[in-house]
Amino acid sequence: MTAPILTLRDVVVEFPALRGLKAMMAPRNARHVQALSGISLDVARGETLAIVGESGSGKTTLARAINGLLPLAGGEIWFNDMALHQRPDWHAIRRQMAMMFQDPVGSLSPRKTVRELVLEPFAIHGQDVGNPSQTAQRLLEDAGLNADFLNRYPHQLSGGQARRVGVARALALNPAMVLADEPTAGLDVSVQGEILNLLNGIKAEHGLTTIIITHNLNILRHIADRIAVMYLGRIVEIGPVTQIMEQPRHPYTAALMSANPEPDPTTRRARIILSGETPALTARPSGCEFHPRCPVARADCGSQIPELTKAGPRAVSCHYPISENT
Amino acid sequence: MTDTLTVDGLTVHYATREGALQALRDVALDVPAGQIVGIVGESGCGKSTLINALLQLMPENARIAAGSVRLEGEELVGAAQRRLRDMRGRDISVVFQDPMTSLNPVLTIGRQMRDIQYREPCDRAEKLRRAAAMLGRVGLPDPQARLDAYPHELSGGQRQRVAIAMAVLMRPKLLIADEPTTALDATLEVQIIELLKELQREIGCAILFISHHLGVIAELCDRVVVMYAGEAVEEGPVADVFLHPSHPYTAKLIECDPGRMKTRAKLLPAIPGDLPDLTAPPEGCIFRDRCDKATDLCRTKPNPVAVNGTHWARCHYAAEYGA
Repeated sequence: MTAPILTLRDVVVEFPALRGLKAMMAPRNARHVQALSGISLDVARGETLAIVGESGSGKTTLARAINGLLPLAGGEIWFNDMALHQRPDWHAIRRQMAMMFQDPVGSLSPRKTVRELVLEPFAIHGQDVGNPSQTAQRLLEDAGLNADFLNRYPHQLSGGQARRVGVARALALNPAMVLADEPTAGLDVSVQGEILNLLNGIKAEHGLTTIIITHNLNILRHIADRIAVMYLGRIVEIGPVTQIMEQPRHPYTAALMSANPEPDPTTRRARIILSGETPALTARPSGCEFHPRCPVARADCGSQIPELTKAGPRAVSCHYPISENT
Repeated sequence: MTDTLTVDGLTVHYATREGALQALRDVALDVPAGQIVGIVGESGCGKSTLINALLQLMPENARIAAGSVRLEGEELVGAAQRRLRDMRGRDISVVFQDPMTSLNPVLTIGRQMRDIQYREPCDRAEKLRRAAAMLGRVGLPDPQARLDAYPHELSGGQRQRVAIAMAVLMRPKLLIADEPTTALDATLEVQIIELLKELQREIGCAILFISHHLGVIAELCDRVVVMYAGEAVEEGPVADVFLHPSHPYTAKLIECDPGRMKTRAKLLPAIPGDLPDLTAPPEGCIFRDRCDKATDLCRTKPNPVAVNGTHWARCHYAAEYGA
């Protein structure tokens, strides 16, 4: 295997929990909450990694940390042999690492035309555009839009079209990696397929590495090679997409996968309904952080913190993972 | 069996600079007493306009051009404001998508739950007792203490439970649920669906459940109405519609759901094309432009075609597709 394009080692991101005088009076360890607590990850060149988890699990924080939009409180991130944790030249890095933000329309400036929007990355990075009109047209065509859209404003686009403009912008500078935060959020089912086909096509054509952050479990097996499941700022399970979806080993992954309602009225799966909700980051449970909601927790789960243990292509952090024969 | 809600020939227009936008055209649907009816449709199909029309809370530029909405036989279109105010919250209530916007951020939960009982002839202590009992019923831990909490102190799932508790507190005849689980995570979504099922059994109200999520509809509802571009295009028992879709749009929509495909698809299906311009809807079948089975016959407006029992579709070829 060639060297991974992106490597994370024990990445920690903290947010201040208290402000002002309260922060000064509080003990040092209570001043911050850890949004990411020790994420380690390798992303191979050309692969698509999907990061799944519920609100507050740290998915978006992880993407922002990789892209340098949030400072690291600890750990290392290596991208293409550049150390992202040592005040790198972000300008140069973001040329190779493009970001697609969540809200398809909201992430486009409402006062710029589509033409200006897709050419913006060239201006920001001082890159040669060549013939601006031709470049803009080529980028739009690659994203599946015709030249009629060049002079439109974002409010004149449908959600799917706006998402395509977002894709064109992300690919403008021919990046090595794309970080896509919820690429299908806010899209109707009937257009979602087109956008995913587009992403899959681009990936095959350019050998692009993609990290997709999503909570849409239905799309996973059609776009991802591997999945990382996050809970409370940690990766609880990671591995190849079909293995994780069909034979989850972490009880949380199993519950998450079974929670997905099926459109087929004849299938009724045995569903694991979790009690309660994700605890707040300010009140992390002891031991395994999932144990208060875990249907199979045992006595020592509340005291011993499980490690993310590797087994073949996958890894799970659980004292009593679900085995394949049960 | 009697119908709790009867909508007949409902047509709603919005006045816009480009002319009258025909957001709903001749929509008919019934919600039988004690049943859960789902409405499924994508953006722009008229779901929100329908809810507004049911509540008779329309924006200023909207006009009900034709049709009627009856709650247990009583006509709501053109009813006196006073009477409508009496019914909203007591006979019809709504759970919205985002609970933060339906709760008042500066009043405690207890105050808000007391306020919605303003018509009840009982004292404050009794109202609070009822509120706490209902909060406990929807699964909120420590309901008595929650009465003093503000909405921001609760998590998303808890807020949605409070919104549901408020909606069913007056034991309405009809509960309208407008995408109540869309803003929630998957593991919370199933909790809320289970809760709605239980409450429905207990209170016996009819529920109109609006969603774009086919899986949720399949799981929760007895009947489903499929809407497209302001028309109801298909209606029937959930299992019939999902297993034997008789309108090409329904069939495509189900086909597009990636959750249905258990193996990796090289190319995911999609419905090419856009919604028609509703200021000048095309003649004939509304789905014609995007339908790959359209023929010359589709230039004439199809009437609902019965497929099987109460299952119908507004397509000339419904009988063939449904078979």
